[in-house]
Amino acid sequence: MLQDKDRIFTNLYGFDDWGLDGARRRGDWDNTKALLEKGRDWIVDEVKASGLRGRGGAGFSTGLKWSFMPKVNDGRPHYLVVNADESEPGTCKDREILRNDPHKLVEGCLIAGFAMGAHAAYIYVRGEFIFERKRLQAAVDQAYAAGLLGDNACGSGWKFDVYVHHGAGAYICGEETALLESLEGKKGQPRLKPPFPANMGLYGCPTTVNNVESIAVAPTILRRGASWFMGFGRPNNSGTKIYCISGHVNTPCNVEESMSIPLRELIEKHAGGVRGGWDNLLAVIPGGASVPMIPKSICDTVLMDFDALKEVRSGLGTAAVIVMDKSTDLIRAIARLSAFYKHESCGQCTPCREGTGWMWRVMERLVTGDAEVSEIDMLLDVSTRIEGHTICALGDAAAWPVQGLIRHFRPVLEERILNHRVKRTGKIAAE
Amino acid sequence: MAAPFDMDFGTPAVPGADTVTLEVDGIKVTVPAGTSVMRASSLAGVRVPKLCATDTLEPFGSCRLCLVEIEGRKGTPASCTTPVEPGMKVATQTDRLARLRRGVMELYISDHPLDCLTCAANGDCELQDMAGAVGLREVRYGFEGENHLKASIDESNPYFTFDPSKCIVCSRCVRACEEQQGTFALTIDGRGFASHVSAGMNEDFLASECVSCGACVKACPTATLMEKSVIQMGQPERQVLTTCAYCGVGCAFVAELQGDKVVRMTPHKDGKANHGHSCVKGRFAWGYATHKDRITSPMIRASIQDPWREVSWDEAIAHTASEFRRIQSKYGKSAIGGITSSRCTNEETFLVQKMIRAAFGNNNVDTCARVCHSPTGYGLKTTFGTSAGTQNFDSVQNADVILVIGANPTDAHPVFASQMKRRLREGARLIVIDPRRIDLVRMPHVEAQHHLQLLPGTNVAIINAISHVIAAEGLTDQAFINERCDAAEFARWREFILRPENAPEAVAATTGVPAEEIRAAARLYATGGNAAIYYGLGVTEHSQGTTMVMGMANLAMATGNLGRPGVGVNPLRGQNNVQGACDMGSFPHEFSGYRHVSDGATRALFEAAWGVPLDAEPGLRIPNMFDAALEGSYMGIYVQGEDIVQSDPNTHHVTAALSAMECVVVQDLFLNETASYAHVFLPGASFLEKDGTFTNAERRISRVRRATRPLAGMADWEVTMALSTALGYPMHYAHPSEIMDEIARLTPTFTGVSYDLLDREGSVQWPCNDAAPEGTPVMHIGGFARGKGRFMITEYVPTHERTGPRFPLILTTGRILTQYNVGAQSRRTQNNVWHAEDVLEIHPFDAENRGIRDGDKVSVMSRTGETVLSAQVSERMQPGVVYTTFHHPESAANVITTEYSDWATNCPEYKVTAVEVRPSNAWSQWQAEAEEFRKKSHTIAPAAE
Repeated sequence: MLQDKDRIFTNLYGFDDWGLDGARRRGDWDNTKALLEKGRDWIVDEVKASGLRGRGGAGFSTGLKWSFMPKVNDGRPHYLVVNADESEPGTCKDREILRNDPHKLVEGCLIAGFAMGAHAAYIYVRGEFIFERKRLQAAVDQAYAAGLLGDNACGSGWKFDVYVHHGAGAYICGEETALLESLEGKKGQPRLKPPFPANMGLYGCPTTVNNVESIAVAPTILRRGASWFMGFGRPNNSGTKIYCISGHVNTPCNVEESMSIPLRELIEKHAGGVRGGWDNLLAVIPGGASVPMIPKSICDTVLMDFDALKEVRSGLGTAAVIVMDKSTDLIRAIARLSAFYKHESCGQCTPCREGTGWMWRVMERLVTGDAEVSEIDMLLDVSTRIEGHTICALGDAAAWPVQGLIRHFRPVLEERILNHRVKRTGKIAAE
Repeated sequence: MAAPFDMDFGTPAVPGADTVTLEVDGIKVTVPAGTSVMRASSLAGVRVPKLCATDTLEPFGSCRLCLVEIEGRKGTPASCTTPVEPGMKVATQTDRLARLRRGVMELYISDHPLDCLTCAANGDCELQDMAGAVGLREVRYGFEGENHLKASIDESNPYFTFDPSKCIVCSRCVRACEEQQGTFALTIDGRGFASHVSAGMNEDFLASECVSCGACVKACPTATLMEKSVIQMGQPERQVLTTCAYCGVGCAFVAELQGDKVVRMTPHKDGKANHGHSCVKGRFAWGYATHKDRITSPMIRASIQDPWREVSWDEAIAHTASEFRRIQSKYGKSAIGGITSSRCTNEETFLVQKMIRAAFGNNNVDTCARVCHSPTGYGLKTTFGTSAGTQNFDSVQNADVILVIGANPTDAHPVFASQMKRRLREGARLIVIDPRRIDLVRMPHVEAQHHLQLLPGTNVAIINAISHVIAAEGLTDQAFINERCDAAEFARWREFILRPENAPEAVAATTGVPAEEIRAAARLYATGGNAAIYYGLGVTEHSQGTTMVMGMANLAMATGNLGRPGVGVNPLRGQNNVQGACDMGSFPHEFSGYRHVSDGATRALFEAAWGVPLDAEPGLRIPNMFDAALEGSYMGIYVQGEDIVQSDPNTHHVTAALSAMECVVVQDLFLNETASYAHVFLPGASFLEKDGTFTNAERRISRVRRATRPLAGMADWEVTMALSTALGYPMHYAHPSEIMDEIARLTPTFTGVSYDLLDREGSVQWPCNDAAPEGTPVMHIGGFARGKGRFMITEYVPTHERTGPRFPLILTTGRILTQYNVGAQSRRTQNNVWHAEDVLEIHPFDAENRGIRDGDKVSVMSRTGETVLSAQVSERMQPGVVYTTFHHPESAANVITTEYSDWATNCPEYKVTAVEVRPSNAWSQWQAEAEEFRKKSHTIAPAAE
């Protein structure tokens, strides 16, 4: 279990002052100038060496991503964009950072921005996060007032501005290129890649888009050293991570823990265990709504990291652990997610626009069992035609929950259909 | 029907010399670097299924039909958005791809009406084609799910319908509206399954900002956006490539027909002036060609008080010839003349002037360019040596600063305006000099850096002030001037332009433009990179029109903005063939190619070719013809395809002159206003009914091809031949190509032009001769046509037309998008939905002072006349200036315009008339009388049994 001394987010629960004084007491903004003076390359190398992988879900090496930014400025400004459009169902970690530890993010923006030659950062805050946006803006204002941001940020001589932008409430704007479109004032629809944002991002300029948590942990990594961060978790999965545990557990919570912690340990130590005991567990969605669920048999042993969950054909995603006990109607649960993706599809690509609708409708019928057994294969077939065949990953995200359900719980689906048929024929016989 | 003229390669061509070789389905193909895999496949002869891609739009990658497999790559990338790489091995047909494509089609069709057999797009539907191409045989999802099949049809636009139930949300229409047209009227509203095409703020198409250019209709792969004519008639069965007969952009069109009936006109993708784009006029407003008002039989009458009598061609021709000969014997050889048409072909125009010079035996020929761009011809000839614009349209793609003066391209030259707007969206900067806040000043994604909203009539003061700033602040391009221009003339000009009266501060009061604004605009023009001037009739139709043209030429020379792409001095010419009419020798003092009639060598050349002696004295200009008629020395006129009563200034004077003549011959499609004063009416042929060529504003000669039979039995060139022959000067041409051959023989700038060349190249820009066998897109490269560029002194001399207590406002005139010129064509189409009458735009301040509300009838009175029309209170205007159009004969804007004209060319001053505006509740006396006279004079006697 992670010791308190190794926690990065020491005010995750908001027991202490969120503001600048509190943040300084917790070690934030402590001689940031000295960090900057070590230079761009040192910062990028240190973050690379720490093994930090993107906390937004895709798990791409953060340091490597920063290193893609052009080293020499070709006349276009560079931009850092922070994705605070946290909308993945089950996920609420960035929200807590914005609420209770916003200075970690603001300081991270300066350091990351400096490391990529940017003089400006845009933080794109989810539309529903009204309180959080106000809190973040207040933190930014405090930083400006204290000279930590602005023309001579932290006395480093580096000009750095942070702009807080409020989104309008579309899930798709959490996709990095849709976010850029939205930030530019256009409809939030993903862009074709290439060109990648590092070449042509915001307003056609070199841009890096990072998750809130990825940026917020950077200052601490630099202060405590890459090897410290590497000390947690398995190789290639290093560091600490905020997990969001929800669903059928006794004490749902956010908790910062070591990467690669066993799922069972995570749930039992921090969330008070599964409601009715571990044996009452049916399945877990381990990384937010878009990753496939895993049944109890896998949950018994699986480790919470990128590689381990990938091996069991799921994913760490945002580390939002949704626990479902045996009282759960899994078909209804997934049907609800299908409705979500149908509602949030941007409508650009045909497979996603039309396919999410069809998946949802079939799922709705599967909830009652009013379907043919052959439709299960058809559903799987549709999902594989969406997955990997759209401009962005929303198509994949819509397909995976359905695939996870069929992969692990096909008998449940078949049983539902058979029961429905029996009921129907029974009714006919009775009439 | 696959259109043979418009093969779709899926994504746009990529310019560039570097090439890449790859393999598509085992076929090696070499393409420019940066080309998409889809386009490379098309070039290799492999058709990849697609729906959202089309080569007039940037790739979008949304339909996911064009997925391919690439050796060594994961997944199935979309071929439209994947650029080629050397050695790439692409497979376009595999089992996996077939399965995926069928899956996409299955999803499409599950939400699409299955009415293919009765659908208007049957036979011309990409969705249908793709269903066939991917082998869709079943839709396993059923058709009972949520769908869009009950969406209601929007039929508000007069020319096309929008049926959302057939929409596949490929966004082609939205992208066409943005990328091609630049209006941004369409969007995809909603998200996911609720995504739908929306015009404006979910309005119907007619109520939205849609300008009905038809780009969306052309882009639509299904029957969602569909021409009403196709819905009514069905698919066309043959195609004829031709050129639009509306404005001076000269768009290439494919006339699509069933037999002799036009089904639709679609812009031609390879058209070098329009690149597949169109506007509401060319695309849709062609119904006039078969309008019931068309006159199809020749008619004569003894007096304009009599009803018309239909006669045979022979009788009409013989009657005309004998009348002309009678007048000449009574009043002298110079007592007749003619006016060539800027709407007829080059060949027809050439024949009319040939007939006048050779058969009439005088030089009394003029053309409507007299009243529009004659100052351009004279001004640019004097300074550069050529009577035409310096650039091709595509040159604007290289411009960094665009200076628009006295032109309203989004209304009057919409297709070129779209190209200009594209460049502006790419970052070129814009300066607008116009008394009115035209759309370009601020519209979606376009905003002028500077709008110099000057008072009408002060152009020259402004251009001098701009040049003054450039000369005074050392922003001239001295190297260019030293090498390319006449040093003595430049020194003289420099001394003149630096005079204090030309400083911005000195002209600020006269022009109404703050000095700082003029200075800023001047600096931007001089230092912003390639700077190009585009101008229209707001420059030429002034008493200083020629001075202004020279002033712009001075400015371009002083800053070195000539002789390469992206720069230049470019007139946006009004009518389809006004450039050609001028080129063909329609002016009283010039043979074709702008050679003076007094030049013995040239005359000898023509005399030898035509076999008659030719007059060395220039003939009468149009205004002189009117004056001579009133004096009694000019008694007969042949007017081909121009409505001088409606279009020439001071209508009272024009009608008085015509009434004084003994034989007025009008050749036109319709009984126009001039025909009210005619004794002979010869029915004309529309552009669809004849062969020939038009020359557009960029000197581009394009073929006009006969698509249907002439309704009156004869094309215009055949009528002129017959008349000339009857006059005793026989003409024998079997085809207009023979006329072009004669033009080429006699005109040095045309020697290379032939129908063979035009068929091969599509179109060509003159000069086209041994020095430039493929034509000349950009002129004056390396040196001016006249040798050294000539700076001219351009002193500002205000017009005599002044405002005062009785006439305190200035009236200026212009055009609107949906109507064209005198409206003879466009008024006889459903374009009237947008513009049924001319209105008077007036600033709210002036309106309130006069108690005028929006929509009120107002009387506009000048020193020459009075007319009544509806007021439109508009902040486009500045206080003190009012504005109207002259598309409708009923409003008769030219009853009030004056006879002041350009000092050099007599181009009338349409743009400045002092007027007073008052509320009114009845037509003016003139309007009432004219209406009655029009009715009477257009009466045709019933055919004798």
